[in-house]
Amino acid sequence: MIQSQIATGVPWQRTVGAVVLAIIVSGVVLAVAHMNPFQAYGALVSGAFFTPLAIGTTLADALPLMLVGVGVAITFQAGLVNIGGEAQYVVGSIAAALVGIAFAHMAGPLHIALALLAAMVAGAILGLVPGVLKAYFSVNEIVSTLMLSYASVYFANYLLQAGPMSVSPYLQQSANIPASAIIPALIPGTQISWGLLLAPAAALGVAWFLRQTRTGFSIRMMGQNLSAARYAGAPVGILTVVALTLAGALGGLGGGVEVLGNFHVLYDSFADNYGFDAFVVALMARNNPWGVLLVALLFGALESGGSAMQASTGVTAAMIDVVEGLIIFFIAADRIVAWATDRRRARAGSGTSPAEEVQA
Amino acid sequence: MEGEAVPTNPALRVRGLVKRFPGVVANDGVSIDLLPGEVHAVLGENGAGKSTLMEMVYGRYAPDAGAMELGGRPYVPQTARDAIRAGVGMVHQHFLLIPAFTVAENIVLGAEPRRGPLYDEAAAERNVAELAKRYGLAVDPGALVRDLPVGLRQRVEILKAFYRDARVLILDEPTAALTVGEAAELFTAMRQFAAQGIAIAFVTHKLDEVMRVSDRVSVMRRGKMVLSGKPTSQTDPGELARLMIGRELAPPRRARTGSAGAPVLETRGLTVPASLGSPGLVAVDLAVRAGEVVGLAGVEGNGQGALVSALSGVLPASGGAILLDARDMTRTSAAVRVERGLAVIPADRQEEGLVLSFTVAENIALRHFRRPPFSHGPILDWAAIRRRAAELVQAYDVRPPAPEAYAANLSGGNQQKVILAREVSGEPRAVVAAQPTRGLDILATDFVHRRLLELRDRGCAVLLVSLDLDEIFALSDRIAVIVRGQIVAWREAAATTPEEVGALMLSAIQEHAEEGADAS
Repeated sequence: MIQSQIATGVPWQRTVGAVVLAIIVSGVVLAVAHMNPFQAYGALVSGAFFTPLAIGTTLADALPLMLVGVGVAITFQAGLVNIGGEAQYVVGSIAAALVGIAFAHMAGPLHIALALLAAMVAGAILGLVPGVLKAYFSVNEIVSTLMLSYASVYFANYLLQAGPMSVSPYLQQSANIPASAIIPALIPGTQISWGLLLAPAAALGVAWFLRQTRTGFSIRMMGQNLSAARYAGAPVGILTVVALTLAGALGGLGGGVEVLGNFHVLYDSFADNYGFDAFVVALMARNNPWGVLLVALLFGALESGGSAMQASTGVTAAMIDVVEGLIIFFIAADRIVAWATDRRRARAGSGTSPAEEVQA
Repeated sequence: MEGEAVPTNPALRVRGLVKRFPGVVANDGVSIDLLPGEVHAVLGENGAGKSTLMEMVYGRYAPDAGAMELGGRPYVPQTARDAIRAGVGMVHQHFLLIPAFTVAENIVLGAEPRRGPLYDEAAAERNVAELAKRYGLAVDPGALVRDLPVGLRQRVEILKAFYRDARVLILDEPTAALTVGEAAELFTAMRQFAAQGIAIAFVTHKLDEVMRVSDRVSVMRRGKMVLSGKPTSQTDPGELARLMIGRELAPPRRARTGSAGAPVLETRGLTVPASLGSPGLVAVDLAVRAGEVVGLAGVEGNGQGALVSALSGVLPASGGAILLDARDMTRTSAAVRVERGLAVIPADRQEEGLVLSFTVAENIALRHFRRPPFSHGPILDWAAIRRRAAELVQAYDVRPPAPEAYAANLSGGNQQKVILAREVSGEPRAVVAAQPTRGLDILATDFVHRRLLELRDRGCAVLLVSLDLDEIFALSDRIAVIVRGQIVAWREAAATTPEEVGALMLSAIQEHAEEGADAS
């Protein structure tokens, strides 16, 4: 059952194991290609963390993943397979850029707040739609969110290449965001804006919501056991809409923060797969909002460290895609890891039976 | 080779096995002999150490001390594979079958007949058909396992063991998931295996099954063998129960103190459309009065599930009405029904009654979190929830008495206690208890029964839905019989017999069976 596995998340031992295995196997790949893996990894780590600029790039790369990922984690906790992070991120970016460009004479903080609010509303609508379709028309949310993601990316391409947001037929990007809507840098000279603080705020808020509110409790209930949730009187349809809408709002916020705090302009291919990466991030973090921040940081470090590695050692940054791909592969290949760990546990006398593995 | 008449050499001899787990000695010097051709019941309460013993025989746990012999030779299995190779087969409660494979493929998997380098499907199906015939287990070798009901899947498991020439067959609580009819077929088959010289270890906690099918019986309590291989004909259920639980157990007091009051839980013409595997409900009229237990008797799959779901609010009614204290609640949500005082103990405690990955405290709050003291406005009060959970695990003797323990880690009996605590501790107006003791051992069953009778004595209306006629008769004041979604008869419990009710349950079943619809 994909649903129930996603609601439970990947055990953290397996996540750590997958990361370690991926690093080792990538190292072997490098060695086979006559490159020194220690040197490459050294460059990667220093390129991700060792200078303020590097840390800034790492955090900037991680921030959208954090916000989108925390949103995706809510839907996973509800047992919904939401692949719509991409769509919500994209429309959030568009909405923030539109508001940023349109109201050029507003006071700074208000302008930023309005643009971010627009981003959240736009993202929320793209969560609401698959939510309503799922809850009241039994449309599979995997399909609807995935399709919306493609539709959003193409819509953005249209807007920027030939549509109303395009400033020139040769330059596929929007007008620059006016200064009043730009989120100021938190640390001058780096890519980190004050928007970074939204990530821990979102994690805190979502963790609190899921743990401390009646609605959050019901959402977790339905993710863990739908029949029990119905028996307990949880309004499953409404909760589906709520979870997807909240996720959408956070996804939209991720896009808005990226445009206003980092790019300062909207150009095509700005989405860069954040929506889909956030899916993996949430899964690896066991849908724990604080875990999402950590895993997103790892992905951010791989991105920024990868560029540095390419610059200083000549190892192509595409190697980072190999590492990320292997991480995902080893998480997906959970049967291998589960088999190895369960064998040991079974001999020790406290393991789950292989029967449960087979029936799972 | 009749094992009980002539003492033969045991097929399996176990001497002084010890297995320690952190904090508990699961097996403490356990010895047992299994003779060829006998059904040897291994009886004990949940947690007595039966499964640990069998897993050591099957090579899955390594004993800390003790020795085993198989056919007179030392037997030290390191893995289940060693056990299978030595001729020991085990059928677990959870099956190890591949649903997408056929019966034959599942059985021969790992020891496939070949023609040249290729899998010989025809030979596999032929071999399996022969094997099935020899052991009197009818199965279709070409059927996909995922299409089979539980009873047939179990046969596939047993055949898998025999295909690997098992001479010792361990059946771990084999009737837990079976219908009454399937269990009866299994017992017939077990006698047939014994007649072929197989030594069968029949692990169970059900006394009636022991009396019915076994040649000899051994009883375990708290990791020790307290009765070793006594011929079943020389013992009786009373003695076995005493040995199992270590003391006398008086039957719960059934006699009603007051007389029944006004109707509390009623259905009028309640109708639910038929769906896959369920006949639905056809104009069901029920009235459960304050201070009485109404037992709903019926063969499994005759609409009991639809009734419980319709009452709890999970399944919408297509016609008729449900009333609680004369107030219509046909269209109200499950949440509102909880608040009006309708408690429901679902038949499937793991799939519906609990969220296994939640803690005991979260499960205690599962249906009552919308109101004080568990929440104030939209915010939950975890301190209050934990406090209440701590009180309830004490009062209901849940072990371990830890509100933060995960429900998945509790035994079946303790899981049921958590559900019971949640549902009945708030003085409900009516309780719907579906199969409240399925799979529970004697002590846990007794606990549940006493609580239900206490509720009745305090004026609660209790609807008991059970497949177990003994349970219906032990608790009910009145008995309704359901067949194909209809109530076909009402009886005063004092004025009827299990035989009469049993006949009523089967009255309309024959035509049912002829139509080929299954009752699961």
